[in-house]
Amino acid sequence: MLINQNSKPIIQLKKISKSFPGVQALNEIDFEVFGGEVVALVGENGAGKSTLMKIISGVYEPDAGEFFVDGNKIEHGGVKKAQDRGISIIYQEFTLAPNQTVSANIFLGKEPFLKGLLGKIGIVDSKYMYQKSKELLNQFGAHFSPNTIIRNLSVANQQMVEIAKSLSSKSKIVIMDEPTSSLGKEEVNVLFEIIRTLKSKGMGIIFITHRLEEVFEISDRIFVLRDGLFVKQMMTSEAMTDNLISLMVGRKLDRTSLKTKSHATNEIILEARNLSRGKVLKNVSFNVKKGEIFGICGLVGAGRTETARALFGADGLDYGDILIEGKKVKIGTPNDAVVEGIALVPENRQSQGLISKQSIVRNISLPSLNNLSRKKIVNQNTLNKIANNYIKLLNIKAQSHNQKVLFLSGGNQQKVVIAKWLASNPKILILDEPTRGIDVGAKAEIYSIMNDLATQGIGIIMISSEMPEILMMSDRIMVMCEGKITGILTKEEATQDKIMAYACGQA
Amino acid sequence: MTIKENKSIKNQYLGVFQQIIKTQEIGVITILLAMGIFLTFMTKNFLTSTNIFNVLRQFSWIAITGFGAILVIISGGIDLSVGSIMSLAGLTTAISLKANIDLWPSILAGLAAGTCVGLLNGFLVSKAKLPAFIATIGTMSVARGLCYGLTNGFTIQGLPEAFTFFGRSDFSLFGLNIPLPVIIMFVLAGIVSLFLSRTVWGYWIYAHGGNEQATLLSGVNTGRIKILVYSLSGFMAAIGGILMTSRLGAATPVAALGYELDVVAAIFIGGASTSGGEGSILGVLIGAAIMQVLRNGLVLLGFPAYWQSAAIGVVIIVALSLDQYRKQRQH
Repeated sequence: MLINQNSKPIIQLKKISKSFPGVQALNEIDFEVFGGEVVALVGENGAGKSTLMKIISGVYEPDAGEFFVDGNKIEHGGVKKAQDRGISIIYQEFTLAPNQTVSANIFLGKEPFLKGLLGKIGIVDSKYMYQKSKELLNQFGAHFSPNTIIRNLSVANQQMVEIAKSLSSKSKIVIMDEPTSSLGKEEVNVLFEIIRTLKSKGMGIIFITHRLEEVFEISDRIFVLRDGLFVKQMMTSEAMTDNLISLMVGRKLDRTSLKTKSHATNEIILEARNLSRGKVLKNVSFNVKKGEIFGICGLVGAGRTETARALFGADGLDYGDILIEGKKVKIGTPNDAVVEGIALVPENRQSQGLISKQSIVRNISLPSLNNLSRKKIVNQNTLNKIANNYIKLLNIKAQSHNQKVLFLSGGNQQKVVIAKWLASNPKILILDEPTRGIDVGAKAEIYSIMNDLATQGIGIIMISSEMPEILMMSDRIMVMCEGKITGILTKEEATQDKIMAYACGQA
Repeated sequence: MTIKENKSIKNQYLGVFQQIIKTQEIGVITILLAMGIFLTFMTKNFLTSTNIFNVLRQFSWIAITGFGAILVIISGGIDLSVGSIMSLAGLTTAISLKANIDLWPSILAGLAAGTCVGLLNGFLVSKAKLPAFIATIGTMSVARGLCYGLTNGFTIQGLPEAFTFFGRSDFSLFGLNIPLPVIIMFVLAGIVSLFLSRTVWGYWIYAHGGNEQATLLSGVNTGRIKILVYSLSGFMAAIGGILMTSRLGAATPVAALGYELDVVAAIFIGGASTSGGEGSILGVLIGAAIMQVLRNGLVLLGFPAYWQSAAIGVVIIVALSLDQYRKQRQH
């Protein structure tokens, strides 16, 4: 037994199997969680992490195997039953009502009623809700009132509410499915503090993430799944990054070979001069060279995405100039940007990058329809040919070009977004968080695509919250803080500490 | 060898069969066929060429208006002004004819009136950023008000025969006398279908309804798409309204009152998604046909006319529930 701080596990799964038509999602998995520990569940997309969590939280009924809570064997009883047994799950997507207050959200579906007649006819005890919410939030060190409207909160604070909402007095196990994917470094630290608080209260936490450095920072134990099979579990203190990655992907991943040399030329392809908009962008000036990978980092709210959107014409500018190949250009709309050869792979592929109920071919062809048509008449065969070309080139795993992107995995969806821009032959490609929420294997593929594009002389701007990837891929790194540039570092100068200092405005 | 061939032929047929099953409109086509078969056996007059062509003619202007309104719905909007536009366009043409203006300029005036209201809708939605529901309910009222104002509430009668020709005459084809509005409906169905499935504009309209934000960030001018779809909707509604006026031989300010609901119902029965990005011209044809066959059937079966509205409502709900069930099973 790996853990001995607490002799009895809170939950224990024995030989759990689950299959869906055509896939064995889980195969005889043994899994347990003890009180007061953080278990990191890692594996590529499709490894079976979500299925396992859904079985624990009562969404799915396993095909075979046994499930024990506090040593008692239990039958499948649905989500509500699982909650009653003390299992809480915090989903990747927020489930908050944006126009309601914090306390109304925390008590959604379990509102306390006033005592007496008023309570009988359904009048809610809002005073109790307020006080109880305040207590919960104070535990997490939150500084906002329970009367705040959700949509006025930052993403990190919304997540705090989400956690407060899913916890109840009975909670013993808390499942967090990629809780950090939309958080900046600072906010991740706040979340980790919360996790440590919960842990100290004896709760067991299951933590799913794609960011390995977080696994090392927060977890006590690591549980690796691959293709529905148990691969290995180990104490975090005994684990090593490279070893862990090869366990996850089942092959050795040579991190040093991902970016061997710079392809940057001396020719400036894009220059931004004094880009300014309200309080979010203040005199942002920089240039990007042909074949260069130009990294932008900073904390959430530093102005990274805003810079990208300004270059792409998605938000207006108060003042500032954009020059492409030395010529001043006017970019007022995304349409102007596309005409000038700028492409943007946006931060959120679901809501901004893809039309998920449409096919791969329709998505890939969207930005370049005008060039692929004659007198506005579309030739479907041409589109299919181009789509199939990119499916092969970027190794997009799909049944056919007619498959809806909705049914693709995150990594393959991201490749479709990249493909749609490659099809438009851009001079400058802006990638905003290109590897968010996708697995290690797909990440490596996206890095190698970026390298290929750089050799072709495309100027690449890469925005990322993941420090290792910024350090590995970028030829130069621009750090932003509160709408201003605080530093531009060369690859040789850059270190995690330096970047962090600039990002906090400390340098 | 022969076994293999047989198998491949069988597979081919199976493939075609599966294709048909997968067709979006298969559910409603089945409902329409079932209604047709039922009425053929239960009544004497349903399956006669006169009755069928009557039914077709009666829903032709609803369908034609629907060919425009569905563009708006596919793009993710809604157009509630089409009924008023039908009336206003017919009235404009009638007034022009009465003022001794020539036939074609009068028709053009009607088309222009409809397109203008559509254009206004487009500007209100894309530039003033009004929700489509609000903007088109406003213009619905404005256009209807114009109809009352221009006529002082009176009906314009005695339209020239050269004009009523469009709505009333038949066209001989394969020994059948097909009403001209029906021919026009099928020709327009073909044109709009090709527009949606073969042109860049069609692709953009579907994309816009699927995800407006992503379409904008793909460098598509989404404002222009909105103006385009609302203008085309106004234009098609004008064609529908002018044909209807031509058939009636008179223009009243209360013509096509409430037709926007018939049009929208036909579109949704035909499989369009309320959130946009889905829908087809074939669907509109089937949807409009189902509603008219039902009306016709109730009359032939001797039901009192007062019950029609309730029956149509039930059919809309049943058809859409079945469709929803089918869609969920596919996923």
